[in-house]
Amino acid sequence: MTDNDTPSHSPSRRALLGWGGAGLALGAAAAGGAVAMARTDDEPAPDTGTAIAFHGPHQAGIATPVQDRLHFAAFDVTTDDRAEFVQLLKDWTEAARRMTAGRPVGEGGFGGLPEAPPDDTGEALDLKPSRLTLTIGFGPSLFEKFGLAEQRPAALVDLPKFAGDNLDKNRSGGDLCVQACADDPQVAVHAVRNLARIGFGKVVIRWSQLGFGKTSSTTPEAQTPRNLMGFKDGTRNIAGTETDRLKKFVWVDDTDDPAWMRGGSYLVARRIRMHIETWDRTSLQEQEDIFGRDKGEGAPVGKAKERDEPFLKAMKPDAHVRLAHPDANHGATILRRGYSFTDGTDGLGRLDAGLFFLAYQRDVRKGFIPIQRNLATDALNEYIQHVGSALFAIPPGVRDKDDWWGRTLFSKEA
Amino acid sequence: MRPASPVSVVIAAAAALTAVTGCTEKSNAKDGDHVVHVTATDDKCEVSKKEFPAGHVELAVENKGSKVTEVYVLFPDDRVVTERENIGPGTKQRVTAEVKAGEYQIACKPGMKGKGIRQAVKATGGKAVKRDPRLDEAVAAYRAYTQEQADGTLPKAETFARAVKDGDLDAAKKAYAPSRIGWERTEPVAESFGDIDPKVDVREDGLEAGQDPAKDWTGWHRLEKALWQDKKIGDREKELADRLITDLKDWQERVGKADITPTSMANGAKELLDEVATGKVTGEEERYSHTDLVDFKANVEGAQKSYELLKPVAQENDKALTTELDKQFATLNTLLDKYRPDTTSYDFTSYDKVGKADRKELSDAVNALAEPLSKLAAAVAK
Repeated sequence: MTDNDTPSHSPSRRALLGWGGAGLALGAAAAGGAVAMARTDDEPAPDTGTAIAFHGPHQAGIATPVQDRLHFAAFDVTTDDRAEFVQLLKDWTEAARRMTAGRPVGEGGFGGLPEAPPDDTGEALDLKPSRLTLTIGFGPSLFEKFGLAEQRPAALVDLPKFAGDNLDKNRSGGDLCVQACADDPQVAVHAVRNLARIGFGKVVIRWSQLGFGKTSSTTPEAQTPRNLMGFKDGTRNIAGTETDRLKKFVWVDDTDDPAWMRGGSYLVARRIRMHIETWDRTSLQEQEDIFGRDKGEGAPVGKAKERDEPFLKAMKPDAHVRLAHPDANHGATILRRGYSFTDGTDGLGRLDAGLFFLAYQRDVRKGFIPIQRNLATDALNEYIQHVGSALFAIPPGVRDKDDWWGRTLFSKEA
Repeated sequence: MRPASPVSVVIAAAAALTAVTGCTEKSNAKDGDHVVHVTATDDKCEVSKKEFPAGHVELAVENKGSKVTEVYVLFPDDRVVTERENIGPGTKQRVTAEVKAGEYQIACKPGMKGKGIRQAVKATGGKAVKRDPRLDEAVAAYRAYTQEQADGTLPKAETFARAVKDGDLDAAKKAYAPSRIGWERTEPVAESFGDIDPKVDVREDGLEAGQDPAKDWTGWHRLEKALWQDKKIGDREKELADRLITDLKDWQERVGKADITPTSMANGAKELLDEVATGKVTGEEERYSHTDLVDFKANVEGAQKSYELLKPVAQENDKALTTELDKQFATLNTLLDKYRPDTTSYDFTSYDKVGKADRKELSDAVNALAEPLSKLAAAVAK
């Protein structure tokens, strides 16, 4: 354990509000030279009060150890004024910089003019930074606007239709996305709410999704969390410390095009509804056969431990692990960062629950697409349905206090 | 106490109102500094002095004209400090008030109508309550607007009531939405009289605990349900049509005396958009008639009226805000025009024919306007 419980490591938002310059200094220190280190360092027992550095070569919220909670929002752009949109990206960056450091947006949540609503909505005052990360992405439809067509990355394809897809367009697509992850759900919701508020008149929320339990880990020694089916899935995820695999499979490389995406990544978001009730009536043997793992330990068929290397041929031909494993997909590997969700019930007395699947990769054509195609015969498909889908280009990180989200795309444009 | 702030002027003005006593007659008052003789005729309103000390002031009114008159003491924005009605020809009345230092107007209204014959007067000493005169003009103009809307509503409401009383279902349905426009434009002011709104504009779900819908539900929406859902007009409906007119007349008489400030105008504009966001966009307000877009348009018009009146001052304080508001009002109005074939008429598409995607578009446009509109009060209070 660490001694991170001291107040200086865990400033509340309110304390920071009062500190003024001191709070800024703290943010600046955290965002200094040690940024990349801080983000990929293993943090075995993350102190939920810690702030995650916002600045760095890559955006936080990808290789960052997975937080407990998610609020993901997709936006559509309504303004056709490029300058106004760029200003919004700058305003959002500033707000994100403040919120990830545990500070309120603008002039704060109280104490201003009594006639005006406060800049910050206030529900995160007194809460710790909670390892909040905010990650922005640009959807294919954004490149139909502002004369950006030429800048659209070849890797930002229109996802093909996959077997079993039953996509709701009101839960799919979007010009922009913001992924807010934090250990405290209120901190994540606060972040999306305030960005949406700043965006009124320029962007509108298209859809959003709350996630309450992480289903992946990017820390190798941590237990793989269970999904709502009760299984550990995605054991061989890419860890935040695996620099080589991150470089090979997640980050857009310096040799990749377009240049503005270098240091970025591509995100596939899928809302996967689980037919929880029928799954729960399935025998243990069948459940284990479907996944290709045992339910208790999570060990692959015929192995003792979760992290033992699976022997795919020992599994049924339609077992989930067998079909999703890199060895079955010419090495295709993605960084998974999904969350369980439950949006109440569906009107038929069934839980509207499932997995909000989030996967980051260097090139979706070599990552999610071949894997998902291979899952066409997955035995699991009887119990799940993909009902929402979106793909986003995740630009590189915000380097310093003068930088802003999307600068490499918008400032180099002719 | 609140520390001194740039908005203390407005707060002081509001406080001044509460310090004012109502109109009372005092027979034991002696002439002195605090007495102002007002001589009212059919075309003049003469005052014995134009300056008097702040504090207790007494108007000794004599009507030397041939018409019944009224005498008012008004704030610069036409808010009433005190008044005396029904002063008959050849009679004398005394009117008293507690006034803070500042500028006022004394108005005589021969025949008890119109803006009256005005005299500018000043209460001296102490700390004067001063406000940007343009804001006073804005408040006065808005006050006149609210009166116009009430005056214009009555004939339309009477047309509606007559159709109900004639048992003419089609004519009543046709007259329903137009009868609400003036009310919807000025709803925050109308609602400031707490007792009128629950009588004329309450929805069934808005009744309080213990209220019986059969007996206690009155007003437009009760009739709306009868016309569109029950499709019949009975004795109760006819009685309610009369009630509606009585209650609206009460509004018409009182609306001119509403407490209006630049801040309340700005917040009222925002509240009108709130009304749209919570009641109209969802289709809850006019759930039987589906005439929500008529109310929607009227709410936006009322908000825009407040905004336009406050704009000269707001623009100086926050140019970026007024630029954004101009743009978003225009965007929303253009969007609303998609739902009426003739932009000079209030015949809008029935809201049950407006699909989910279109409702979202309307909702997005409301949010885009309401967010900057929430900053208008600060821009006029600076």
